[in-house]
Amino acid sequence: MAIRERMSGNEAIATAMKQIHPDVFAAFPITPSTEIPQYFSSYVANGEVDSGLVLVESEHSAMSVCIGSQSAGARTMTATSSCGLALMWEMLYVAASNRLPITMALVNRALSGPININADHSDSMGARDSGWLQIYSENNQEAYDNFIQAVRIAEHPEVQLPAMVCQDGFITSHAIENIELIETEKVRAFVGDYEPAASLLNAAEPIAIGPYDTVNYYMEHKRQQAEAVKNATVVLLQVAVEFEKMTGRKYGLFESYQLEDAEAAIVIINSAAGTAKATIDAMRAAGKKVGLLKIRVFRPFPMNEIRQALENVGAIAVMDRSEGFSAAGGPVFAEVRSALYASEKRPHLINYIYGLGGRDVTTGHFEEIFETLLKIEEDKQSGEVYRYLGVRE
Amino acid sequence: MSYSFKEAMNKPERLTGGHRMCAGCGAPIAVRGVLRALKEEDEVVIANATGCLEVSTFMYPYTAWKDSFIHNAFENAGATLSGVEAAYNVLRKKGKVKENYKFIAFGGDGGTYDIGFQSLSGAMERGHDMVYVCYDNGAYMNTGIQRSSATPRYAETSTTPLGTASQGKQQFRKDLSQVMVAHDIPYVAQTTFLSNFKDLHEKSEKAIYTKGPAFLNVLAPCPRGWRYATEDLMEICKLAVETCYWPLFEVVHGEWKLTYKPKSKLPIEDFLRPQGRFKHLFAKGNEHLIAEIQADIDRKWVELLKRCDI
Amino acid sequence: MKTKSGIEINEQIRWKDISPGGTVFSAGSAHHFKTGDWRTMKPVWNPETCKQCLLCVPVCPDTSIPVTSKARQDFDFDHCKGCGICFKVCPFKAIDFVKENK
Repeated sequence: MAIRERMSGNEAIATAMKQIHPDVFAAFPITPSTEIPQYFSSYVANGEVDSGLVLVESEHSAMSVCIGSQSAGARTMTATSSCGLALMWEMLYVAASNRLPITMALVNRALSGPININADHSDSMGARDSGWLQIYSENNQEAYDNFIQAVRIAEHPEVQLPAMVCQDGFITSHAIENIELIETEKVRAFVGDYEPAASLLNAAEPIAIGPYDTVNYYMEHKRQQAEAVKNATVVLLQVAVEFEKMTGRKYGLFESYQLEDAEAAIVIINSAAGTAKATIDAMRAAGKKVGLLKIRVFRPFPMNEIRQALENVGAIAVMDRSEGFSAAGGPVFAEVRSALYASEKRPHLINYIYGLGGRDVTTGHFEEIFETLLKIEEDKQSGEVYRYLGVRE
Repeated sequence: MSYSFKEAMNKPERLTGGHRMCAGCGAPIAVRGVLRALKEEDEVVIANATGCLEVSTFMYPYTAWKDSFIHNAFENAGATLSGVEAAYNVLRKKGKVKENYKFIAFGGDGGTYDIGFQSLSGAMERGHDMVYVCYDNGAYMNTGIQRSSATPRYAETSTTPLGTASQGKQQFRKDLSQVMVAHDIPYVAQTTFLSNFKDLHEKSEKAIYTKGPAFLNVLAPCPRGWRYATEDLMEICKLAVETCYWPLFEVVHGEWKLTYKPKSKLPIEDFLRPQGRFKHLFAKGNEHLIAEIQADIDRKWVELLKRCDI
Repeated sequence: MKTKSGIEINEQIRWKDISPGGTVFSAGSAHHFKTGDWRTMKPVWNPETCKQCLLCVPVCPDTSIPVTSKARQDFDFDHCKGCGICFKVCPFKAIDFVKENK
């Protein structure tokens, strides 16, 4: 029996963490993910969980503590945003290469400078090469559901990789919406017990972690790590099937919304997908064939699946809520375009950089974008590929 | 427990040979000495900051450590071990770990005084039950002998080279041991290698078996960086202590105790002269540089005596 | 040194077989690596002159003076790097320090 509640995205994550009941939680506060360690600390203070709580002195230390703790056989979690993620950047790579299934709530916020506390995806996009699994969430329900699934995916013996579950700062993290929670016993049964492959605290078999790899070994370790990321695609879908059985909510590598017969579509991540869906509903009612693809799993990148979903659409706009400063478009655009390269069909593909530093995007904006795309499809001309939305020219 | 030298030497070794430290390196001597203070039946997890010790003792697939060991990065041995200790507390309570574990981090002066300082400070402040051992060889040795805040004044290093505009490192050494005392932790001690290693052993034992955070600063000479003949390591340590360059003391719950007072304090020259990194100080006309060093040593020695109520 | 599945770890190991994350399960495996060939000088122990004071034992960086039943044994020449600290420290001149002949 689902529990009907209403809460912010931050509280949803904290609730998921409480229900999963990790062995150790280590974090340093940063807006807008601050509430997660605050909620968790209150759970500890109230005796609702007996997890080890390590209130570190920086995000770099937060990830360092997580690595130490997870290596010692403890299920460990953390939360951060923006510069916090940037500060732990060095350690993200180590967590992944050490094959530690740490789970992190990443509340998306723009990277400095200038300093800005609002939502954009520059933080998690900046970490896309770190080896972490990246799962994105449109709303509080998805954040909650994704986090619970993330623990299972990360700890799977064929994966053993850390995972970050992302949601938009303030827009999702602070907005209170309805949510369906799962009973705690069901969550516990779903994630199960953490059975590490090895632990520093196994007296029968002491281990050494974190070697110096010479030229002769490093590449084999990396190739093996890459294989684990490939395995994650399969595991993600398996876990989603189990999750659907438990909750009735269906998840995949991405969500296709009115995409099957769309002539114009956008590719988008996180909360703005909700805004776009409202536009799509209105335009569909007026007979326009528009749709969207909302990427849920960005790492691993569902190259073939995205190609298959998009290649029949005439004109596509890839929405990037971060700049890669490649002078040729954003990171999501680059990867989607790469996916479509293998297709014989060549949809017209353009890119919009939008929403940087929390800049608002409205249904009006999406209506304009869809009209632009429909025109592109009609004229068979993309025009300018690398575009900006919502900036004062 | 009173120190039985022979009993201690008879214990099984926790650090094997076959590591890649230079011949005559002080760091593994420190490690062997500290680990010897562990009870044989106690388990330990050792964390290591990147540096000479870590790179040389854990080069895939060879590890010189008989116990569980984790290397994470250069600047986070303190935080890393905090995580292991936190996990241990939880898992012990849950009955998933049954043995008694101790937690010891080793870092060079680079990973401790400088880049690892914040991580160390946080770990000590949070009160984790662990020991942080700094093997202080006075420079970033692993990357080629660059200056650290532990490098003594006027030492020649690869980033404080000698030249017409430079006589070596400009600043005096940072007194990290004092900074650690200011963290209000139960035990801080400064030690090095002397005769039968009683000083190092007893301090290591106290550090390990005092509940809460403990910090040990061990002077660990580096023949390559200090430029002396490898066989002279013990003599160099003795001179460091007898000249009061490296005083031996411990601070137990904030109370300062001098653990060795030289019968006759030797001039600092005696410590400087055998080391190639100070050779330039003995050139004609540089006497005032040595005098500066001496004055600083003297001032700090007097302050230390005052703190120890002597 | 083997992986968990029993495969020897050496420079021919394939990516599928290498230990995940570089974790090593054989504690103390460095013992198998011989550093004795680093020597240019060599300590020579004279058991008759030796008073078994054991002052040489803690000063060895390479754990190359084994102790059994509180008595030191001959040097572990597989690992001794010939640094000479033990030679200098011996109060009874029971250790000589000579050129290594390869």
